[in-house]
Amino acid sequence: MSDSILYSVLLLASLGVVAAIMLYVVSKKFYVFENPLITEVEELLPSANCGGCGSPGCKAFAEKLVNTEDISDLFCPVGGNEVMKQVAYVLGKAVAEKDPTLAVLRCQGGCDVRPKTTEYQGPRTCAISAMIYSGETDCQYGCLGDGDCVKVCKFDAMYMDESTGLPVIITDKCTSCGACVEACPRDIIEMRPKHKRDLKIFVGCLNEDKAGIAKKACDVACIGCSKCQDICPKDAVLMVNNLAYIDPVICTLCRKCVEVCPTNSIIETNFPPKKVKKVESESEANVESINLKTDA
Amino acid sequence: MLKTFPKGGIHPPENKITSSKGIKKMTLPKVVYVPISQHIGIPAEITVDVKDKVDIGQVIAKSGGFMSSNIHSPVAGTVTKLDKIIDTSGYKKQCIVIRTDLKDESNFKDTAYPLKTTITLEPKDILQKINDSGIVGLGGATFPSHVKLSIKEGTKLDHLIINGVECEPYLTADHRLMLEKAEEIIVGIKILMFALHINKAIIGIENNKADAIETFKRIITKDDNIKIAALKVKYPQGGEKQLVRALLKREVPKNGLPLDVGVIVHNVGTIFAIYQAIQHNIPLIERVVTVTGKKLENPSNYWVKIGTPITDLVNEVGGLPEGTRKIVNGGPMMGKAIKNMDVPVTKGTSGILVISEDEASRGEPKNCIRCGECVDVCPMGLEPHLLMNLSEKGMYEKASAEDIMTCIECGSCSYVCPSHRPLLDYIRFGKNSVKKMNTSKN
Ligand code: SF4
Ligand code: SF4
Ligand code: SF4
Ligand code: SF4
Repeated sequence: MSDSILYSVLLLASLGVVAAIMLYVVSKKFYVFENPLITEVEELLPSANCGGCGSPGCKAFAEKLVNTEDISDLFCPVGGNEVMKQVAYVLGKAVAEKDPTLAVLRCQGGCDVRPKTTEYQGPRTCAISAMIYSGETDCQYGCLGDGDCVKVCKFDAMYMDESTGLPVIITDKCTSCGACVEACPRDIIEMRPKHKRDLKIFVGCLNEDKAGIAKKACDVACIGCSKCQDICPKDAVLMVNNLAYIDPVICTLCRKCVEVCPTNSIIETNFPPKKVKKVESESEANVESINLKTDA
Repeated sequence: MLKTFPKGGIHPPENKITSSKGIKKMTLPKVVYVPISQHIGIPAEITVDVKDKVDIGQVIAKSGGFMSSNIHSPVAGTVTKLDKIIDTSGYKKQCIVIRTDLKDESNFKDTAYPLKTTITLEPKDILQKINDSGIVGLGGATFPSHVKLSIKEGTKLDHLIINGVECEPYLTADHRLMLEKAEEIIVGIKILMFALHINKAIIGIENNKADAIETFKRIITKDDNIKIAALKVKYPQGGEKQLVRALLKREVPKNGLPLDVGVIVHNVGTIFAIYQAIQHNIPLIERVVTVTGKKLENPSNYWVKIGTPITDLVNEVGGLPEGTRKIVNGGPMMGKAIKNMDVPVTKGTSGILVISEDEASRGEPKNCIRCGECVDVCPMGLEPHLLMNLSEKGMYEKASAEDIMTCIECGSCSYVCPSHRPLLDYIRFGKNSVKKMNTSKN
C-alpha cells in the first residue's frame, strides 16, 4: 500500500522535473526579443483598440511607433495631443500636434421634415439599403437612418434618436476615432475641428439637387441659394453642385450665415443663446406646439 | 428525360398569365426619358443639346468606350431637358428628356418589315453594325453585345446557344417574341453563325412553352444546323452557366465565361434586335415588355419605346389596382422594385410586375435553423447561409475563398429559406465588398 503511494509521488515528481527542464530549454531556445519600449508605449495608449490610428489595435500601433523612424504623421485620435506628447517623450522622437476634432452629422432630415415616399423591407443596415436604392425618402444624399455608424462606435458616443430617426453624437464621449465616418455609406459624418468650447458652424445637409427638388424632398435641405456665401465676410463658404460647405479652417464662427439661411440648413452648436427677441419667440412657439401634441 | 442542370434549382409558381396575349404596340409616349447608362460598363456620352430636334433612331449618346454602347432616340421629337431622373438602379442618373413630336409621321410608321433572309453584309461589317446599333443583352444583364462577340483570334468556338428559356415567373416577353417572330429569329441566328463562323446552334426553351418549340420545329430545315432543345421547367434554367451545362453537359469554369468552353450564349430578344439592325437598319429603340400582375385589369405584352415612363405602361393596362404594394422592374425572382412611377423603361426591362400587399411582404427574418435548404437549391453549389454570415461579419477574405463571387444572384436561397433570412441581400453586399477589397489591393 505505502509502496504505491511512494511510487506515484516519485513518478509525478520526476515528471515535473522533466517538464520543467523542457520548458526551461524551450524558453531559452525560442526566446523572442521584444523591445521593452513597445510595452511601455502600449501602456500609454488608451487601449481602446478602435483602429482610429490606422493600425489594427493599440499594440500594433505601439509597435509601429517604436519601429518607425519618423512618427510625425502617426497620431492616436483618441489619446490626442496629451498621449502623443508622452509617447514622444518616451521615444525621444518628435510628434505632430493636431487640432482636436469631433464628429458632426451633416443631415437634419428627421421624420418630421423629410417625408418617407417608399418603404424599405430589406435588412436594416445603411450599407445594404444604400446599395439597393436611394432610400425611403426622396433625398438621395441624406441619412438612411439604419444606424451603421452607431453600431461601429466603440465608445457609446452615438445613439439613434427614435423621434427623428437620425443618429446623435454625444460630443463628450466622441473620441474622433473616425469609425463612423468609415461606416457611413453616404459620407454624412465629418470630422470638424473642435475649436474652443466646442463651438461649431456647419451646413447640416448634403443635398445636391436643385432648389425645388431639394426643398420638396426635405424642409431643411440646402437649396443652394448662396445667401450664406454672399454674407460671409471671410469667404469661408464654398458652393459646389447647389450645395454650401463651410470651410472650418477659414470660418471665424461669426454666425452671420446662420441667420440668412432660408431653410435653417446651417447648424450652430454650443453658442450662448442670442439675445434677439424674434428668434426666442419663435422657439417658444415651437415648444408650445410640441406640448400641444403630447397633450393630445 | 428532359434536359436540365444537375445542381439545385427551384419551382416557383409560374404565373405566366400573359402567355396567350399577343404583343401589342404601346401608345406613343408623349415624353421619353432616355438614361445614358442602360448597359453594364461606361455610360454613353450625350451628343445632343436642349432644344435640338432629333429623328427616330438618331444617335443621341455615343458609346463612351469599348465597354459601352450607343443610345438612339426612340422617337422623333425635341430634346427638352438633360436632367437627372431616378432610374431602375434606384438612384438619379443622367437622362435625355425628349418630347415626342406627335405630328411627325415617322413616329407612327409600321416597323413590321417583310422578312428578309439573304445576308448581304460581311462578318466584319455585321459586328460593326451590332456595335453601332446599340445592342446589349436583352435578357436583363444588358452586357454590350459587341463585347460578347469580339472574340480573340484562335478561340475555339463551336456552339451558339440561344436562350429562350425565360424561367422567371410571370414574364412572357421572350415567349411571345418566339411565337410571333420565329422566322426573324432564325435569320438572326444565321447572321450570328455566319459572322462568327460557327456551324452549330441550339435554341433552349423550357418545356412549358410547347407552342414556341413547335413553331421553331416547323420552320427549321435539316441543313440549317439549328437544333431545338426542350428543357425541364426549373429555375434558374436561364442562367448562362446552367443552360450550357444542361444543353452540352459542359461545365463553365467558375469566374469563367461560356466562351471558355467554346460556347456563346445570346437571348432571343437580342437575336431579334440583331436581325432588325442587320436586315432593316433599325437600332435598338424598342423592346418587348410584359406588363403583368394578378390584380391588373388587362395584363399583356407590349412593344415599348425605350425611355417610356412606367406610369404610361401601367395606364395602358388599366391603371394601378387598389392595394398595390410594389412595382417591380423585371420578374419576381431577379427583378427589383422601382422607387416611383416615373422610372423609365430601359434596354434591360423585360417586364413590369405589379404586386399587391399579400404577395409583396418578405416575412420577419429569424435565426438560421441550419436546415440546409439554401444549400440544396443553390445552382452554383454554394453555401448561402455561410456566405451571408461571412458578409454580415465583414469577413470578405473568407467569403471570397468560399466563392461568393460565383453567385449568380438568382435568389433561390432567399426564396426557400424557412426563416426568411435575407440571404441574397447580404451576399450581394458581400460581393460588392469583395470587389472593393480586390480593387483597393491592386
Ligand atoms: S449617418 Fe450614415 S451610417 Fe449613420 S445612420 Fe445615417 S446613413 Fe447610416
Ligand atoms: S443659405 Fe442655407 S440654403 Fe442657402 S446655400 Fe447657404 S446653407 Fe444652402
Ligand atoms: S442567389 Fe447565389 S447563393 Fe443564392 S441560390 Fe442563387 S447562386 Fe446560390
Ligand atoms: S435555408 Fe435559411 S434556415 Fe435553412 S440553412 Fe439556409 S439560411 Fe439557415
